[in-house]
Amino acid sequence: MTTAFEWLIAPLRYPFMVRALVASALVGGLCSIVGTFVVLRSMAFLGDAIAHSVLPGIATGVLVAGRGDRRGLFWWALGTSILVALGIGWVGERKRVREETAIGIVFAGMFALGIALLSTVRGFAVDLVHVLFGDVLGVSGFDLTLIAAFGGGVLLLVLLFYKELLLVSFDPTLATTLRLPVAVYRRLLLVLVAVTVVVSLQVVGLALTLALLVAPAATALLLARRVPAVMALAALVGVASGVIGLYLSFYFSVASGAAVVLVAIAVFLVALLARPRRRSRGTATL
Amino acid sequence: MTDRELRSRAVRHARRSVVSTAVHDANASAIAARHLTAAYERRIALRDVSFDLPAGEHLAIVGPNGAGKSTLLKVIAGILPVSEGEIRIHGHAPREHLCTAYVPQRSDVDWRFPVTVEDVVRMGRTGQLGPLRRLGERDRQLTREAIARVGLSLLSGRQIGELSGGEQQRMFIARAIAQEAEVVLLDEPLAGLDIPAEADVLALLDRLEGTTLLVALHDLAVAGTHFGRVLLLRERLVGYGAPEDVFRPELLQAAYGDYVHLVRTSDGTLIVHDECAKEGL
Repeated sequence: MTTAFEWLIAPLRYPFMVRALVASALVGGLCSIVGTFVVLRSMAFLGDAIAHSVLPGIATGVLVAGRGDRRGLFWWALGTSILVALGIGWVGERKRVREETAIGIVFAGMFALGIALLSTVRGFAVDLVHVLFGDVLGVSGFDLTLIAAFGGGVLLLVLLFYKELLLVSFDPTLATTLRLPVAVYRRLLLVLVAVTVVVSLQVVGLALTLALLVAPAATALLLARRVPAVMALAALVGVASGVIGLYLSFYFSVASGAAVVLVAIAVFLVALLARPRRRSRGTATL
Repeated sequence: MTDRELRSRAVRHARRSVVSTAVHDANASAIAARHLTAAYERRIALRDVSFDLPAGEHLAIVGPNGAGKSTLLKVIAGILPVSEGEIRIHGHAPREHLCTAYVPQRSDVDWRFPVTVEDVVRMGRTGQLGPLRRLGERDRQLTREAIARVGLSLLSGRQIGELSGGEQQRMFIARAIAQEAEVVLLDEPLAGLDIPAEADVLALLDRLEGTTLLVALHDLAVAGTHFGRVLLLRERLVGYGAPEDVFRPELLQAAYGDYVHLVRTSDGTLIVHDECAKEGL
């Protein structure tokens, strides 16, 4: 008993671990709730593209401020991600190119641009690893404030516009006939995903954010049958993945972002194998 | 008309709609189309269609695949823009009129979506509320009544994928009722339903007296027996009026071409064999 308690308490002696745990839990919960819409609207690829497109913004921030100063990077990342989200939304509505093709081109182009920019900075490999895979153990008190403030802002918007976001996701046609500004809500959702990606950057890194957006929500979708329940369950899975992943990372010296993601994926696999068979009639697979 | 022009028209539509409210022009028909032309996916799907539909009438829209049935419904719903001509709903442009409900084809719906029957019917109340407002007691009451009217009260907590095809269709009709729609547009509501489910849905539609119904259909026999008016479409309007005036050999031939076989029996009844419907489904 004492040993198990010791096992849980030991990491908390380090202030950086406490900050990391709080950050992981916040990000895990936030990603899961926003991720519910990502999964329901099948925009996983889009979310991944937004995440990767943040790189040139960060690279510009590094070039402007120098490698030492990390404080400004959040704002560079935030600005870029919102621009990219709105840009993808704009391209998607033109219908000149297939949306998926457009996303792929933006995704790869922006990512390459980011790497090209970063490669002009000496010692860029270290920065790149942190940006790609996160650096949760390096989260400062200031970072934590940003995560809490912007994460809270995203959750507040989801709560305020829940009924509209749900309607636009399930039946954009009905939303149109009800005179809802469908394009505005669609963009709002893209911007919420963009902000979520940036907030998650330090915890899981942009290469792995997608996993936190998709896995907890996908798990919850297997088990719950109404959107609010799906979101609550997803948040629970997300927070738990963040915390458990960090403990595993502490004791087994595994990269923390990867550990968090692996826990989330493991939970999904367990749910997939163990879920009750749902009765399904009609044209569910039509 | 290019894509760009179509789009700017749609934008103008949307801007105009902001100012107006749905006040009825008592003298106007429920639906008035004048030389209506509209495109679907950059192809003209509807050409120079004009007709008037009085309020409360039940209209069946029939014609072969690609005849423009869905396009006509989507233009009235305000989902697709008008390319040329004009369409008025109780004297208003589409989307100026909140009393229009559109029931999608069942195949266009994501049935795995984690919402219950009640959630979906409630969505019909969302537009009346505006953002940041929550559903009130009246909204809940209207939702419950609408679900009861289509006979789904016992299933209101079911996830929508667990419903049968007929139940799914009835749920969408309940949503239109909850919307307090005066004009209800249904796109192929009978597609993929078995005979008892089809009968249920038709009985429900028959009971919607006072509501103007526009229903896209494949089945000419259903159109002839359950609807007061029929609109026969093949890009252009081929025939419009009472079923017996529209279902005439020359008009059917004009709409369906070689896909329809007309057989005249000794007592004068016309037997129509619609090959197209079979392929279409």
